[in-house]
This record gives sequence, C-alpha cells and structure tokens, in this order.
Amino acid sequence: MLLGLLAYFLLPLAWLVINSTKSTAGLFQSFGLWFASDFHLFENVRETLTYQGGIYGRWFLNTVLYAVAGAGGAALLAALGGYGVAKFDFPGRRLLLAGVLGAVMVPATALAIPTYLLLSTVGLVDTPFAVIIPSLASPFGLYLMWIYAAAAVPDELLEAARIDGASELRIFWSVAMRLLAPGFVTVLLFQLVHVWNNYFLPLIVLNNPAWYPLTVGLKQWNEQAYGGGGGSVAVLNLVITGSLLAIIPLIAVFLVLQRYWQSGLAMGGVKQ
Amino acid sequence: MAVVSHGMAVREQVHPSRRRALTGFLFFAPFLLVFVAAIVAPLLYAMGLSLFRRRLIGGTTFVGLDNYLRAATDPQFLAGLGRVGLFLVVQVPVMLLLALFVALAIDSKRVWWPKLFRLGVFVPYAVPAVVGTLMWGFMYGAQFGLIGQVARAFGMDPPDLLGSTLMLPSLANIVTWQFVGYNMLILYAALRAIPQDLYDAAEVDGAGELRKVWSVKLPALRPALLLAAIFSVIGSFQLFTEPKVMTDLAPAVIGTSYTPNIYAYELAFNGQLVDYAAALSVLLGLVTIVVAYVVQLTIARRERIL
Repeated sequence: MLLGLLAYFLLPLAWLVINSTKSTAGLFQSFGLWFASDFHLFENVRETLTYQGGIYGRWFLNTVLYAVAGAGGAALLAALGGYGVAKFDFPGRRLLLAGVLGAVMVPATALAIPTYLLLSTVGLVDTPFAVIIPSLASPFGLYLMWIYAAAAVPDELLEAARIDGASELRIFWSVAMRLLAPGFVTVLLFQLVHVWNNYFLPLIVLNNPAWYPLTVGLKQWNEQAYGGGGGSVAVLNLVITGSLLAIIPLIAVFLVLQRYWQSGLAMGGVKQ
Repeated sequence: MAVVSHGMAVREQVHPSRRRALTGFLFFAPFLLVFVAAIVAPLLYAMGLSLFRRRLIGGTTFVGLDNYLRAATDPQFLAGLGRVGLFLVVQVPVMLLLALFVALAIDSKRVWWPKLFRLGVFVPYAVPAVVGTLMWGFMYGAQFGLIGQVARAFGMDPPDLLGSTLMLPSLANIVTWQFVGYNMLILYAALRAIPQDLYDAAEVDGAGELRKVWSVKLPALRPALLLAAIFSVIGSFQLFTEPKVMTDLAPAVIGTSYTPNIYAYELAFNGQLVDYAAALSVLLGLVTIVVAYVVQLTIARRERIL
C-alpha cells in the first residue's frame, strides 16, 4: 500500500528522466517507462541549451534572479517584521497584524490582473521588477516569523545585549538572526518554491521572451510543439529535457537544506 | 565607563516605551511598505476599477455595481465557478485524507526508511505546476502516453483522459500529486509537536494504537488540518496553471472560461474588458474568503462534537 503510494509520487519523475534520453522519434516508438534503442540525452541537453539562440540559458538565469531576489528579500523582510512585531510593542500593532493575517486569505492569483494594471501605470511592466516586487510580500512568511521570534528569541538575551550597549540593528543581526535561522530558512525555501514555480504573474507582466522565467518559456515551447501542426512536434524532446533541467535545482536545494526547513516547520506547527 | 552606561540608562528611562515603540515599528516598516505596494494597492485598485466601464467611444463612465450584476448572471463565469466548486468538493478531501494517512503512517514508525519515504512524497511539491502538468499531460496523451500504452498492452481501449468527461479528474490527479506532500509535511510537523506525556497518559489508560490516533493525534492535528484545508480551498478557486497548460493538448475541452481565473485572464488580455475582469477577480476573492470562512466554522464546530 505504502510502496504503491510512493511509486505514484515518483512515477512521473521516473518517466521524465527516462524520456529525456529519447529523440522525438524514440518518444513515439518506445514504451514510456523504458529506454529507447538510442541514448539521446546529451544531444537533447545540447539542443535545449542552443535552441533559439540559447534562450533556455537566459530563462534559467532569469528564474534564478527572480527566485533569489524575490525569496531572499521576502524572507529578510518577514524576519525583520516578525521580530519587530514579536519583540516590541507599538501603537497599531494589533491592527496591522490583523490586516496582514487577513491578507493570508487573499488569493495571490486574484491580485495578478490588478497588479499588472498597476505596474503598467508606473511603467514597470516587462522589467524584472514586475516579477520581483510582488514576490517580496509574504504575509504567511511574516506570520511564521512572528510565531518563531516569539518562541525562539528570549527577552533576557535582548536585554543583556542592550545593557552591553549594542545598537538595535546589531542586536537583530548578531543575536536574534542566529536564533531565527531555521525559521528564516523555512520561509526562504517556501518562497523560493513559490517564485521558482510561479507562472500566472510572470505570464501576465512580461511580454518580452528575453525576460521570461523557465515556466513561461517551457509553456511557450509546449504550445509550439502542439499548436503549430505536424512539423513543430520536433521540439517535444526539448520540452521534456528542459522540464528535467528546470526541476533539478529546487530538488537539490531542498535536499541540502532539509535539516533546517524540517525543524523550522515543526516550530510553526507548535503554535498554530 | 560607568558614567557612560549610567547616562544611557537615564536616557532610556526618559522615553523608554516610546523609543522601543519606534524601533519596533521601524523593523516592521519595510515589510509594511511592500505589503501595501504588492497587496493592498492592487486590491484597492481592482475594487475601484471594477466600478467603471471603459469604451472606445464615450470614454470611461462610472457604472456602480453593474459589472458585478453582470458577473452574477454571466453563464460562463458561473459555469467556471461551479467547475472549481466541484473540483474543491472532491479533490480537497481526497488530497487531505491521503496526506493525513501518510503523515500518520510515518509518525507510527512502522514505515521502512521513513526519511526516504517522506522525501519521495514531498518531491512533487518542488516541481513547478507547469512541469507537473506537462509530464502528466504526456502520460495522459493518446499518442505516446504511458497510460494508453499500458491499456493497449492489456487489450483495452485507452481512456480519453483529455476528453471533456475526464478532464476534471485528470486535473484533480495532477493537483493531488503535487500537494499531498506539502500538506503531509504540515500535518507531520504538528504530530511531532505532540508532547510525550499525552501518549504516556493514554497508555496508562490502556489505549491501543488506533485509540491513540483517534483520541490523541487527531484532536492535536485539528489546527494544522484547518490550515491545510483553507490553503487548499484558496488554491482550488484559483485554479489556473494546470488547465492553462492543458489547453495546448485539449484546446476544445478547456476553451476560454474553464475556470474563473482563465476567464478573467482571457477577458483582460484578449477581450480588452479590463474593468469587467477586475470585477471578476474581486468577486472570486470574496467567494474564496466566504468559503474559507465556512470551512473554518465547520471544522471548529466539529471540534466541539468530537
């Protein structure tokens, strides 16, 4: 039962790995879960990276840029804000928190079209900022960091640092951030997935293929493979190989950082 | 040295709470700035826009709630809403039950290599929805699809997984595949947080494994389950990427109004009806919040019964 379940979750990935070794002809002629007679993986990778003047590499770098700037920024802002809310009392704090928590409910995609309209009035459409700025706000990240800071950063430690004469910013960097690290990595990772995998927002706010992330680019190749009639089916192998290359970085990041995000998530679970 | 620290202490005493308040607000301010720019402003802008109608001839006119009244009787919008509603009612419980089952199985420590198992179930979450849909789409497909190949090998007619009857279950399968691991992780984290003395107490009372699941684990999981359910409800109403990618494989089945989000997208970018699309976005957000709230109430009420 459990093994069957595991097979279900891994099957599409096995399919992807196996079929990225096939030429387009091989895709149609061989069984889906076994290799074709010719091993075409390296040709596929080379073709993926050079097709249309090597635009895949550009999409890859764009995705890295959006993910690092968007998720890194979001995690940092959430850590600063969560710490500020958890460890200081200021007027309007409760109201602001209620507003932010209410926004957890606001579906991100319901904001996509209005965001596009707003960005176009300030002339930011078709620039990297159009993808990065909306990615910076993570209400759920703030919620998680608030819970985390309240539980993991003892007031006595902050008081001690203040008595030593450290500035508030320095206390945050060298005392609080160390304790907040697992929560920070958790927020960072989940926002990283969100940005890396996002499709709706970049589809709307970008027209120039040179700024596309991988998701929008791959979808465009897929459209070409199916939409353009018989001849263009030739790019199917590129869609498959491009998909494989697109999922490797995130899976690697999750594997490398798993100790952090699992403890960070457990912390969020304690106080829900 | 003593003088300096004494001086600082005095200054702290003058306006300690005020200074502290300002510091706290300054920590919060950068988040607030992007929050207003990226969430509050678009929301307000959409609300404002939805009250107008732009025409090539005659310019922009204030139309009040006309766009909303139009949406309430728009058969394409309502059909899309019904479709995601059906999707939600079937897919969300199936997904959450699977996630619950896996989380309990791993927590019971009767799984071989629990770490590997947990990772295997979780991996699809790290796969972009576009790629996940592409993969499943290939496997569903009639030409070299895996499912068709297997069916033919057994001498059966391959099911038309991309036809209008089976498209919704096919999409539900993709979303389930992607998000069971994520929900499992939320539930598993909550299970790990249950204090050992609760189990000890249950054992003293002579509770077996099943009894422990029912009386200790499930009640402790309720807040996490609620969170997972609400996120899933929001996700269902927002269904866009999976059907949009499927359009390449089955253009006639998906069309331009399969889900409310696809419809709003088509209206805004291919129909030039930006203000009507804004009204649909706002309306969809409202419906989502209301349903999420109902889910919350239902689960909260169950809490009292159990």
